[in-house]
Amino acid sequence: MRPEPVEAQATPAFDEPLVSIRDLRTYYTIRGSFLDRLVGREAGIVRAVDGISLDIRRGEVLGLVGESGSGKTTLGRALLGLVPATSGTIELEGREVTGLSERQRRVLRRRVQVVFQDPHASLNPAMTIGEAVAHPLRIHGLERNREQLRRRVVDVLDRCGLAPGADFLDRYPSDLSGGQKQRAVIARAIILNPALLVADEPVSMLDMSVRARVLELMLSLKRDFELTYLYITHDLATARLVCDRIAIMYLGRIVEIGPADAIYADPKHPYTQALLRAIPEPDPTRAVPRDLPRGEVPDAALPPLGCPFHPRCPHAFEPCGWESRDLRELLESRWTRLAGDPLVEQEQALVGDLGVLARPTPEVRLPAPRGRQAEEIVALLDRIRAEAPDEPFWRGVERLTAEGSHVRLDFHMPKEPLLEREGKADVACHLYTEPS
Amino acid sequence: MTTEPVLQLRNLRVYYGTSGRPVRAVDDVSLEIGESEVVGLVGESGCGKSTLGRGILGLLPEGARAAGEVNYLGRNLLSLPPKAVRRLRGPELGLVFQEPMTRLNPLLRISAHFRETLRLHEPQLTKEQARRRSLETLGRMGIPPTRFHQYPHEFSGGMRQRIMIALALVLRPKLLVADEPTTSLDVIVEGQILALLADLKRNFGTALLLITHNLGIVAEACDRMAVMYAGKIVEEGTVRGVFAEPAHPYTRELLRSTISLDTTELHSIPGAPPNLVDPPSGCRFHPRCPNAMRVCVDQVPIEQRLADGRRVQCWLHGPSQRVPAGGEAPLEQPVGVADEA
Repeated sequence: MRPEPVEAQATPAFDEPLVSIRDLRTYYTIRGSFLDRLVGREAGIVRAVDGISLDIRRGEVLGLVGESGSGKTTLGRALLGLVPATSGTIELEGREVTGLSERQRRVLRRRVQVVFQDPHASLNPAMTIGEAVAHPLRIHGLERNREQLRRRVVDVLDRCGLAPGADFLDRYPSDLSGGQKQRAVIARAIILNPALLVADEPVSMLDMSVRARVLELMLSLKRDFELTYLYITHDLATARLVCDRIAIMYLGRIVEIGPADAIYADPKHPYTQALLRAIPEPDPTRAVPRDLPRGEVPDAALPPLGCPFHPRCPHAFEPCGWESRDLRELLESRWTRLAGDPLVEQEQALVGDLGVLARPTPEVRLPAPRGRQAEEIVALLDRIRAEAPDEPFWRGVERLTAEGSHVRLDFHMPKEPLLEREGKADVACHLYTEPS
Repeated sequence: MTTEPVLQLRNLRVYYGTSGRPVRAVDDVSLEIGESEVVGLVGESGCGKSTLGRGILGLLPEGARAAGEVNYLGRNLLSLPPKAVRRLRGPELGLVFQEPMTRLNPLLRISAHFRETLRLHEPQLTKEQARRRSLETLGRMGIPPTRFHQYPHEFSGGMRQRIMIALALVLRPKLLVADEPTTSLDVIVEGQILALLADLKRNFGTALLLITHNLGIVAEACDRMAVMYAGKIVEEGTVRGVFAEPAHPYTRELLRSTISLDTTELHSIPGAPPNLVDPPSGCRFHPRCPNAMRVCVDQVPIEQRLADGRRVQCWLHGPSQRVPAGGEAPLEQPVGVADEA
């Protein structure tokens, strides 16, 4: 079990959070081949959201930041009831959201609305802007008087910068620019007067010159309508301008969460630091070669042992979860560096098939290929170590020996880092945990 | 540039659609790219930057017409038969697109992609030479040799884009056109790919035209930059010069509206980019320009060269003798809220 967020324990009842998520998990099963599907066999499970607890306070903008595959969009969808929770709870205004029927969810949707990334795909091209924005009121049967309905739509269009609203009622999405379409989508989302707006990359498809205006609109609507936002994005630069708090996600977990000021001034988790470093700086006098983590977000169906970020982390050390696949990565990146050198083929022949390293385990038994000695492989690994002794991988190795026809490689036991308070933020990283 | 440019565009125009109301996607554009130079072409969606890239490579869709000159090492590609241009594509002019997922054949192993490419364009190579060249190029792009025989679906998005770039570079082209090569990638992977592209000149001696909407990428990876608005290059110069002191109001406003970690105040440009069927008269930016003058409404700006070699198309920089009497008076702009984007 993960510890509850500190603020949840301290919050008195009269200031209860708008949304309270506890140990939420959303898993997707992946089916393999046609045959697998025929016999109902599952090829694996993707842990899109893997044990998340967080609160969204009334009136705040919570930024949910991560790369693709981090689970940020799935978490947003779970809040909307669009994907089922595998386990855990989501409470909105004290009511449980998971496991609702379609009819019950409809009531929920009056309280939670969404703005998606692509405004061009969010509006029905055959519906006028007036029809589209009025649609939620019709669906929920909240306004039957046609004149009243029209007035409310015009008001909300005006408020969202599509003014005069009356001029937009009969236009079609194709008559509008990208920014105007996103304004119409926002108008449609707030016409029900929701408590929470989930905004999933609301400006990343808009042109630079209009992004700021849509962000400004969102901030002013938040003030006027007492909205709360879950702002989902990969872009820490826009998040800085709108968010009160930031949660950084990686492979289905929160690795760091805290006040925005603290996250930007003093990022704790090496992944947060890398995300900040990776943003291209629009200043050629400061563009220096950046030190970026290697590789990409790994497959969520078979995440790394221990800390999911350890294979890419420059600071990883003993407890971070070293395992078989890290050895494979070490050899492959060496051979990539030496590509074209005949040495690569010699070494490949010596080590043999790396397929045996595909299964994640902290104890590796690597068989020497026929006609080769395990000692030769150990000697090669020792040579690699001597060439780059500072490589974090070697911190994880507890013992490396030849045992008969096998190479035996034991890593330190993997430990999962838990979210713990560090300064003003909570961070899940062994760099900050006391050695036990 | 002291040496002859690798690529020289002169008064290039590309029109789409019917003769009645064509879309003027590229309208009278001139640009040079020198040997091993990295030039950024920036602009917002619909400004014609992708069409420009395709026009250079002779890859325009049917119904598009190009006029002017695309001179590659002294030969005008627009006057060559399509077959001759096709022969240049690959060994001389490389191309990297935005979506690496859709550009590799899912039924062919990576090794087969390279074998095909090299057999077609460099048939004199032996099998072993071709393999070694492929592995070397892939290695420089960070793809392990152990994965040479895998299929495209076994790679992540970033890996596929690296493979696409390697596939273009394995033929050692003189010029690579990369159209938003990092747009669909995550920010850390984007940084990795940009580092590779910025190293092209050192590793391959290739000139690069990098088409992007992201000014951060231009600052990071390019030597020179051209800013495109509504089919025209409105400013062109060194990246350091343009960022330090943008000459065109559009460049300045675009820089101000770029959101970075240092942004403390939100800024935007009123209105939205125009459609290119019926672009505004005079200077195409005048309806959105905070510095617009009366002359800008109906007189197309004349390109000026500034002291630092920069080119700019804006009446603020003259020539003043061509501005009619009273033309320098500021333009009263009714900022229609309905144009708000």
